[in-house]
Amino acid sequence: MNAFTTVIGLEVHVQLATQSKLFSPAPSSSLGEPNSRVHAVDIGLPGVLPRPNATAIALAVRASLALGGEIQRTSRFARKNYFYPDLPKGYQISQFDEPLCRGGSVPLGDGRSCRLHRIHVEEDAGKLVHGDIGTMVDLNRAGMPLVEIVGEPDLRAPSEAHAFLTNLREILRGCGVSECDMELGTMRCDANISLMPAGATEFGTKVELKNLNSPKMVQRALEYEERRQAAILAAGGRIAAETRGWNDEAGESRPQRSKEQAPDYRYFRDPDLPPLVIDDATIARERGAIGELPDARRARFRSHYDLPDYDVALLTQERDVGDWFEALVAEGIAPKTASNWVMSDVLPARNARGASMATFPVEPRGLAELLRMLDAGTLTQVAARRVFAHMVDTRDSAADATRTLGLLRIADAASLEPFVAAAIAALPEAAAAVRAGKERAIDALKGHVMRATKGRSDPVLVDTLLRQSLSRG
Amino acid sequence: MTPGLAGLSATRIAAMVRAGEVTAVEATEAALARVGAADSELHAFLEVTRDTALAAARAVDERHARGGDPGPLAGVPMAWKDNLVLADHVASAGSRMLEQYRSPFTATALQRALAAGAIPIGRTNMDEFGMGSSTENSAYGPTRNPWRRDRVPGGSSGGSAAAVAAGMCPLAMGSDTGGSVRQPASLCGVTGLKPTYGRVSRHGLIAYASSLDCVGAFARTAEDLALWLSVVSGIDPADPTSTPAEPGHTRRRQDLRGLRIGVPWELNGPGLDDEIARVTREALATLTELGARVVDVALPHVPHAVPAYYLVATAEASSNLARYDGVRYGLRRGANRCDAMITASRSAGFGPEVQLRILLGTFALSAGYQDEFYRRANDARAQLTADFRAAFAQCDVVWSPTSPVPAFPIGSRTDDPLAMYLCDVLTVPASLAGLPALSQPCGFTRDGMPVGMQWTAPAMQDEELLDIARLFESHTDHHKRSPTP
Repeated sequence: MNAFTTVIGLEVHVQLATQSKLFSPAPSSSLGEPNSRVHAVDIGLPGVLPRPNATAIALAVRASLALGGEIQRTSRFARKNYFYPDLPKGYQISQFDEPLCRGGSVPLGDGRSCRLHRIHVEEDAGKLVHGDIGTMVDLNRAGMPLVEIVGEPDLRAPSEAHAFLTNLREILRGCGVSECDMELGTMRCDANISLMPAGATEFGTKVELKNLNSPKMVQRALEYEERRQAAILAAGGRIAAETRGWNDEAGESRPQRSKEQAPDYRYFRDPDLPPLVIDDATIARERGAIGELPDARRARFRSHYDLPDYDVALLTQERDVGDWFEALVAEGIAPKTASNWVMSDVLPARNARGASMATFPVEPRGLAELLRMLDAGTLTQVAARRVFAHMVDTRDSAADATRTLGLLRIADAASLEPFVAAAIAALPEAAAAVRAGKERAIDALKGHVMRATKGRSDPVLVDTLLRQSLSRG
Repeated sequence: MTPGLAGLSATRIAAMVRAGEVTAVEATEAALARVGAADSELHAFLEVTRDTALAAARAVDERHARGGDPGPLAGVPMAWKDNLVLADHVASAGSRMLEQYRSPFTATALQRALAAGAIPIGRTNMDEFGMGSSTENSAYGPTRNPWRRDRVPGGSSGGSAAAVAAGMCPLAMGSDTGGSVRQPASLCGVTGLKPTYGRVSRHGLIAYASSLDCVGAFARTAEDLALWLSVVSGIDPADPTSTPAEPGHTRRRQDLRGLRIGVPWELNGPGLDDEIARVTREALATLTELGARVVDVALPHVPHAVPAYYLVATAEASSNLARYDGVRYGLRRGANRCDAMITASRSAGFGPEVQLRILLGTFALSAGYQDEFYRRANDARAQLTADFRAAFAQCDVVWSPTSPVPAFPIGSRTDDPLAMYLCDVLTVPASLAGLPALSQPCGFTRDGMPVGMQWTAPAMQDEELLDIARLFESHTDHHKRSPTP
């Protein structure tokens, strides 16, 4: 493989998180009964005209700014003409030679980055549903707002394509542009790959890969294609310029269409739409809405909270989670304690409930109250975790949950002594072993007391009382 | 037979209805009776919407009876071109493709007229999708010129022009892409307005060429058209190319003295029919007698206008008409394979002129030819727009005949598309420049056919055109003549 240099470029479609479609007031949800999310504009009825959605344009501007692109103050919509049953107007409204944004880049995580060629706005097509009675058309998705992000061929390995997509997703999710879920289709990726002899400067013949439904799948498909092309070239063969579809189950790609069959889309400016003009106010507003980008946030969490890389990675994966953590710290909780609780208790509980941070039943203030009780010795670490689980289930406060569960710590000798006596009586062999000098045997007795007190007993006091009792005879 | 109530102007009928001198139902019944008597010969209407009209008229009368404002177009019977959609009614654009198509919504311009009290009496015949200059390209047969039954009414809004000329209604809506209101207005002896591009919403107008299409109207007086424009114009959220009316253009011209009339030789040169030349020269003489001043202006890029127009319009049409594929609505033929179904549906649904223009437009946009054709056409368009701007530095309005020929015999030009396209030579320049233009009657040929003259004004100066036309009417009576039934 080292005889060749791999060259990869990605084209990514991202669905913008708007309430309605790009050019119609229909709700922007592809869910629901087929053809239930359609307006006359989406069906292309005679006499309809597109009505640009200002929110979609704003989100496209935000995405472009978050990726460091140069917003073109005046861009144009263009028609891409072709016949297909899922394309209601016989053309797609897109942008051609006057896109919204030029340039920009996506970080690859190792200090390197991949340059972007352009970002433009376009509408989605509907989809065909193949059923028993034939092929049917569902236009729920028709007219959904997309940005197409076109990367430069800067990537040199399939793993870099994976890094490109995960970083892109992180940035765009972070600033609220899109959910970027490849499995749900809110982010879609086509990959171009070619090989050239190591040291060469002229790119080889490229192949386009389609049907890639996750960053991992993109990487697998590119690795397969890298091997396939290397084998052909090593054997003295030529690569055919073509589009290939990836079959993940089979672990291979198959030819879909050769580039010679590429259609002529007859692009021209859409005469129904005036120039798309982006003003200073929009740019300022959207720049403000981006917030902190993931790389900057990671650096800040590392230095400001002095957290290990593992914690930083987990806490910055989603903006909401990082915000929740910071709110907890703002309540006066030590950063590492806050981080531990978010990672080991808050996130598992949220994931188990399928909730978002916004709908999570416990607020940072509530957990902070619990942690202060823990710090004050009002309850034990073990009890605190049970109280937290109860708070998640009931939305009770920390104090109420502790009372309900009867989990206030038992830290007075008089209350604990009966439990200590009961443990020695129940486990005479262990008691004998301790007396005989086998230190480890005391753990069984401690465990008995803990179980009997439902984890409420102060472990240090239990240890002292056990030793006193056993030494007394 | 006299047109009676149906022969009155829209302004007069609305005034009478508002004053309670006549009901909207009476005005509507008079118009419907006139249509019933005259249209079997003329075929101006594709459908007479009697029930819808009478229901609308009753609603106007009831609103009035309850003390509500019946609207500035109260009780005015109005026809509309078959490419403007009205909810729950067929809108076929003169095509087999949409023979059964019913729209779920109403065109903004139509909606505004109806909300102002206009009565929708029926949809009128047209060249298929607006592609033609004689209404002979309708899938439903030609319309006849009310002045002579063997002549065309012009096109593509020939049905609307004939309906107004024959006294079937005082007001009819049409659309003008390259002259489709002005040329039939000229050939039928009525007044026709193509507003500034964008002044009237295109929402609900079945598109032919989006950058040129304008909703326009026909009437027997300029005053009626001014009333119509005041009702239907203005910005519309459903049409992103619509424009708000600019305040301050309402300065009304009181007479024609001092009016600087720009006469470009390019629109008054050879190629004009002798009678057209004679009648329009006499009209120009009348205008100068009334105090207007003739200024020579140049529009040097006019010779490129017809080819540029046919490239731009057909390119846009090839894309606009791609939606008629048989998949979701409209005519469908063949059912085995989807691509074969699309081909069969389009072959059966579109007439020969539409197919010809789709092919032309597809070619003009195709890779390798776009620079040579479509781009150059747009360049010519920009140059022509600059020509007008320069001309308006020297004059208030540009003047010319509307059509190089009077109404020609049905069937006489159908075999020669180029001869037909040259009918538009005088009207396409204003279309390409997006300017308001108006055609009004200015005399008659020796054999009694009406002749129109065309006024073109700077953008947004539609009211200036209407004022000039109104003042010319006040000194002449060409617009008062009507064809003998």
